[in-house]
Amino acid sequence: MSAQVGVAQLGAPEPARAGSGAGPAPVRIVVGYGFWIFLLSDIILFSALFATYAVLHDQTAGGPSGHELFELRHAGIETLCLLFSSYTCGLAILAIERRRLWAFYLCGALTLLLGATFLGLELSEFIALVARGAGPSRSAFLSAFFSLVGLHGAHVTVGLLWLIFLVAQTAYRGPLDYVRRRLLCFSLFWHALDIIWVALLTMVYLMGAR
Amino acid sequence: MAESGVVGMTFSEGAPSVAEKQPTASFWTYTAGLGFALLLTAASFIVAQTGLLWAPGVPAGLAVLAIAQMGVHLVFFLHIGTDAEAANNVLALAFGVLIVALVMAGSLWIMAHLNENMLTPAQMMDMQR
Repeated sequence: MSAQVGVAQLGAPEPARAGSGAGPAPVRIVVGYGFWIFLLSDIILFSALFATYAVLHDQTAGGPSGHELFELRHAGIETLCLLFSSYTCGLAILAIERRRLWAFYLCGALTLLLGATFLGLELSEFIALVARGAGPSRSAFLSAFFSLVGLHGAHVTVGLLWLIFLVAQTAYRGPLDYVRRRLLCFSLFWHALDIIWVALLTMVYLMGAR
Repeated sequence: MAESGVVGMTFSEGAPSVAEKQPTASFWTYTAGLGFALLLTAASFIVAQTGLLWAPGVPAGLAVLAIAQMGVHLVFFLHIGTDAEAANNVLALAFGVLIVALVMAGSLWIMAHLNENMLTPAQMMDMQR
């Protein structure tokens, strides 16, 4: 009660209510909600590039089409890497909430490894495409392809750097509340990237390779 | 002093974990999510690579499978549920979906019409004459 009055007097933002007006929601809920808003805006950014790709996927300018370029086996392995890294990321969050530090480190390392494998596969695909003359400057289709898939790859890169930072912070500071909240935000980010990959796999690879 | 300490605690980092809630997710939530996601991914690949589905229906089938898988990810990994705490998250998600649908459908619609009404180079030469 007194805390609520104090917040109002200080002019601090009022935390989101947990449904029934039972007082301010826990910080964890408020932080998760704020980060969720960011993720949705990020998804809207992606939707602009998805729309660009959908409009331009036929404009190959006489160059190679998706049917000639995409290998579904390659995309399938990338999908599995990302899906399992999403799973281990969720397990890492469960482990840190139960203060099982070694399980957390193990799951964090697996997440990192699978994410890095995904990134390596994607880079090798990009390099192979550029090497056979299908770089981003070849056609509007390939420009849209590289910006869409490249933006997702950039997000994965940032996510991996963030995860390394957070694991180091956990090791250095211990599983404090704010460290665990940051890990929660990271896990939301990582799962959202997997959702975007599902859309990407379907629209770019599965529909494009037919 | 004690009061301001309480206020600070609400927003500052490193606060003691009195109000922190344990997440409701469990190992089995994630494992079930992984299982469903794997099944749906496998189904997508099967639909795309075999003649199981009537050929003109394949894009629609793939879209349905992708949307189902996104739902699985939202429920099992991001824990977007029906409890009171998640009401705000669901509202924000609904708004996000609306914007994404507007951007996607709007772009495709406008660009399809633009393509239809575009002059061919030969027609442009006619106009210059």
